[in-house]
Amino acid sequence: MGYFLFRRTLGFVLTLFAVSVVVFAVMNVLPGDPALTILGLDATEDALAALREQLGLNDPLLTRYVHWVWNALHGDFGISHSFGIPVAGLIGERLPMTISLAVSGMIFTVILALVMGIGAAANHRKPGDWGMMFISQLGIAIPAFWLSMLLVLLFAVKLRWLPPGGFAGWDDPVAAMRSLILPTVALALVQSSVLARVTRSSALEVMRQDFVRTARATGFSRRRILWRHVLPNALVPIVTIVGMQFAALVTGTIVIENVFYLPGLGRLIFQSISNRDLPTVQALVMLFAAIVVTANFIVDLLYVVIDPRLKARA
Amino acid sequence: MKTRLPVNFLIGAVLVALVLGAAALSLVWTPHDFAQMNIKAKFGPASSTYWLGTDQLGRDVVSQLMAAARNSMTVALAAVLIGGSIGTALGLLASAIGGWVEDLVMRIADIGFAFPALLFAIMLAAVFGPSLTNAVLAISFINIPVFARVARASANQVWTREYVAAAQAAGLNRAVISWDHILPNIGAAIIVQATIEFAVAILAEAALSYLGLGAQPPAPSWGRMLSEAQTLMYLAPQLAIYPGLCIVAAVLGFGLLGDGLRDITDPRLSRER
Repeated sequence: MGYFLFRRTLGFVLTLFAVSVVVFAVMNVLPGDPALTILGLDATEDALAALREQLGLNDPLLTRYVHWVWNALHGDFGISHSFGIPVAGLIGERLPMTISLAVSGMIFTVILALVMGIGAAANHRKPGDWGMMFISQLGIAIPAFWLSMLLVLLFAVKLRWLPPGGFAGWDDPVAAMRSLILPTVALALVQSSVLARVTRSSALEVMRQDFVRTARATGFSRRRILWRHVLPNALVPIVTIVGMQFAALVTGTIVIENVFYLPGLGRLIFQSISNRDLPTVQALVMLFAAIVVTANFIVDLLYVVIDPRLKARA
Repeated sequence: MKTRLPVNFLIGAVLVALVLGAAALSLVWTPHDFAQMNIKAKFGPASSTYWLGTDQLGRDVVSQLMAAARNSMTVALAAVLIGGSIGTALGLLASAIGGWVEDLVMRIADIGFAFPALLFAIMLAAVFGPSLTNAVLAISFINIPVFARVARASANQVWTREYVAAAQAAGLNRAVISWDHILPNIGAAIIVQATIEFAVAILAEAALSYLGLGAQPPAPSWGRMLSEAQTLMYLAPQLAIYPGLCIVAAVLGFGLLGDGLRDITDPRLSRER
């Protein structure tokens, strides 16, 4: 077990390291002058030289990489050019929005997927099952941004029940929740389609096993068997996909925030691209990639918690 | 043995034929010039002249959708070809050499999984400015680890076969065996994966173009048509419908076709599903 933890943690740290090298390389080593990118073609030579100095572009690459990582580990991501304040401050300001969206999206995804997946498995080869499979196939093919637009068309433009976008902050919790409903649904409907299919096939697998037949013979109710016996044993593949989906969900927030004009990290990335604010883009890409890697790492550890049988093998 | 084709394969094939047909037809004919503006006819309803009406600049919607189909197919094809060949080559290499090379290739593939296409496209757009080429590169890049994994896993199975042992005994080197014996035998798995990744690439291109990181104006693209339609949702909600339906048809088509092909080529998997 100790060896397992050690290996996984080492792998996690190495992956993070490799990811940071890739991000740094793409943003700094590829041909192109960051100072020119930031200031534009009509910048004077003096201004360019000053900015290169300020960004540390005259230092050797390795020094710059080490500085970047060292400072980032201490919560310093440099200064944003377009906002003129530390990138870390900007991230701190926008992070709660993105986290609220990702967490509400994840919760809704899991609930929807488990209900749909278990429901379909319980109705195997019946209309309920086919209906779920059809809806989830469609859900996988629908781009989240288009689904968002359809939701806005229906619930904001036609019915006028919910706001079409924007976020006024948590001062008015009811208004804040209302503005989160459509983005959450758009995010979750697409994600839960994949998860529901995995839940269904995993549950079907478990339902064929002897202990389920025994439980049935004992006279337990269908509902009890499904939720108390089948679901816990079907969890390993489900958790794997949940971990991968959390990663997809977090990057999904980048798209959804731009559809609904929500002031989170996803909007910040796009503002930074159009403002040619490279330090901010670099920090945010690293942050998102780190979230993806961390989510996968946590999933690896969770396996052992969920399925103690794996502990012996690990 | 029944030779009936799976339903998902048939539905997928029909949808794919429709989308590819529209894309191919747009090379020689569209009802109107897709870029032709006609301000007097803007926001026109569906009519015998403009089958699905016109947009905010009076351009014909059907012609734009057809030209965008061509665009979307080209991007997906390029991305899957580039990412697929590099990834497959890496997977074959890993499987042929084994040992630390295999470990290294697979660890690099793992790192590739940490970068969704969107993040990669964002980096490229920040450094070089947004363009369709960058979108293709980003989507190709995320395909590399996917194909590397599939190719390696299937190749490892083929390496254990007797005819491969025979080829080795005959003194053929590993590169020749990989090309002559392994590749043809993992072809089915690669083609199935390519079909599914084609669907993923269409979805990715649409999202990148919607966000302004893909096709730049005036190049027609379903994703960009949607982002333009979003600002006009109160005026002309219909413009927000058609491009989305095209994306869904294309993605659903290639997805179902891929699933169907897998059911046909690997019946064992389909029973488990």
